[in-house]
Amino acid sequence: MGELIKQAVDWATSPTLYFLEFTLAIVLVLRFRAFFTKKSVIVAFFVLATAFFVFAFGDANFNRIVTKPDNIPIVILLATVIFFSWLSLRRGYINDERVKKGLPTVEADLGKKKVFTWPDLVYVELICMVLFTAVLIIWSIEIIAPIEEPAASARTPNPSKAPWYFLGLQELLVYFDPWLAGVVLPSFIVVGLCAIPYVDTNPKGNGYYTFNERKFAISFFWVGFLLFWISFVILGTFLRGPNWSFFGPFEYWDLHKLEPMVNVDLATYFWSGLLGQPRPADPLIREAPGIVLLLGYFLILPKLLEKPLMRVLYGGNRQHLVRFHVMMHLLLWFGLIPIKMLLRWTVNLKYIVGIPEWFFNI
Amino acid sequence: MNKIFDYIKNSQIWRSIVRHGYPDTPRNRTLAVLSNFFLHLHPVKVRRSGIQLSYTWCMGGMTFFLFLVETITGLLLMFYYRPTAELAYEDIVALREHVPLGIMRELHRWSAHLMVITVWLHMYRVFLTGSYKPPREFNWNIGVILLVLTLLLSFTGYLLPWDQLAVWAITVGTNMARATPVLGHEGPGAALLSFGGLDFIHAGDDVRFGLLAGRFVGEGALLRFYVLHCVGIPIAAAVLMAVHFWRVRKDGGISGPL
Repeated sequence: MGELIKQAVDWATSPTLYFLEFTLAIVLVLRFRAFFTKKSVIVAFFVLATAFFVFAFGDANFNRIVTKPDNIPIVILLATVIFFSWLSLRRGYINDERVKKGLPTVEADLGKKKVFTWPDLVYVELICMVLFTAVLIIWSIEIIAPIEEPAASARTPNPSKAPWYFLGLQELLVYFDPWLAGVVLPSFIVVGLCAIPYVDTNPKGNGYYTFNERKFAISFFWVGFLLFWISFVILGTFLRGPNWSFFGPFEYWDLHKLEPMVNVDLATYFWSGLLGQPRPADPLIREAPGIVLLLGYFLILPKLLEKPLMRVLYGGNRQHLVRFHVMMHLLLWFGLIPIKMLLRWTVNLKYIVGIPEWFFNI
Repeated sequence: MNKIFDYIKNSQIWRSIVRHGYPDTPRNRTLAVLSNFFLHLHPVKVRRSGIQLSYTWCMGGMTFFLFLVETITGLLLMFYYRPTAELAYEDIVALREHVPLGIMRELHRWSAHLMVITVWLHMYRVFLTGSYKPPREFNWNIGVILLVLTLLLSFTGYLLPWDQLAVWAITVGTNMARATPVLGHEGPGAALLSFGGLDFIHAGDDVRFGLLAGRFVGEGALLRFYVLHCVGIPIAAAVLMAVHFWRVRKDGGISGPL
């Protein structure tokens, strides 16, 4: 029985399934929030999760990776992110129900009353600080900060991982070249975050939790933050082993595990597969299909979507045209990630445009 | 006992520091906040909704608190740590070997991990409550920069123990910079900056070289990361934090329904 569960978990956490399950979970939780925001649901979830951990700690492979001192924060991250996502959704749901009945939101109700900073606020702060201090001191006494062997530039450890908070980007390296995964996409994350207040013109949901009044914004952030950032950090920490191969949580990190790499460029599909002729030598002609596709994706698609989406997002107000195109452009860059992932999983696509001569591979 | 307290509280020394009575009246509670340099970051009165723990999660405040913990423990660690390739690793080991019950490095490391988590959760909460909306757009941007600075602080600190984990994590991280478009020697467009067979962008002068002060993670990188970690980024973060907190006040305090 125990072995069967372990095998099932190893199978269910393979990158493709992992990603699809996470996506499905987000869709289900948001769709059936009336059920998922119940207190009993979160309690049941954490009880089950704890039971699973207790069971899994008996396994040497699971134990080795999860109790690594530097991985403990990632367990904390997982638990807190799940809890706070639940909490925000619950508060949003309660507010939405109140608004339906014509009542003010919880925040508006409470906010009418003002209280003195001393003692109401300073004491909350003090208690938080004391608790954090206590936790940190106990944690520091219990778990010694690890130190590995002295640095040696000749011996490369396998796997070599970036610091855990960048593992989402390292995961993108599976699908993209470093110039995209390590430079362009992270820059767009920062630019995109900065742009949020300027492209979101919805005046509602300012200063209180809600879901109904900001469906697109909150769903998008759940997908961006929970799916493409947090879940990737978890994947990179616990499920990626030597050679960045996938390993289930109960699997032994075998250095010699080989994953067949049979990825094919779009150009090969087009010239050899479709036209049955050798690939042209000139890179620009060779990659023309990919270049045309990408130009269409970035330049023509926003124009095509302009009319319907402008109506949905900005009520058709032409004043917001610049906002729309900035947001569209950022969303299209973001969309490139799942598109490339799906193409890799389904047709083993390596590059849409592959010009290694110029380090220009997409 | 009460007599002693009364004596202390009525002494000139005490009264020169604290200029109000026990904060149990509206007047004294107001003065407690107004006449204290640190507390005057806060308004005298706050909306009841804005201090609910389930609303704010206290994550912004805890990020700041962890920044202070990092500053204090980091300062103590600086007394014992020398950022050179020969000594750095020895000094870290010595901290463990020669300091009985020493937990400064542990406090520093675990707080750093925690700070990354709290800063992410703070951003998450601010997004979910729509607190980036007008008039707080600019402060959201300051926050984004502070989030990036937090990651950079952690990243530069990652190298300092100078063990295998440190050097190779930074190698993986900085290898990305090679591929920077135009400015990295393995990035798209770098070949365009080449005249008559002479490359302007090569492994010895691209952005990665500038970051590491060398072609690989070596002594130059250690010193550079140390200075950025201990001086450069903390100063930038401190200045931006001051602006961040000040703007919270100017933009109407902790967000709430308008």
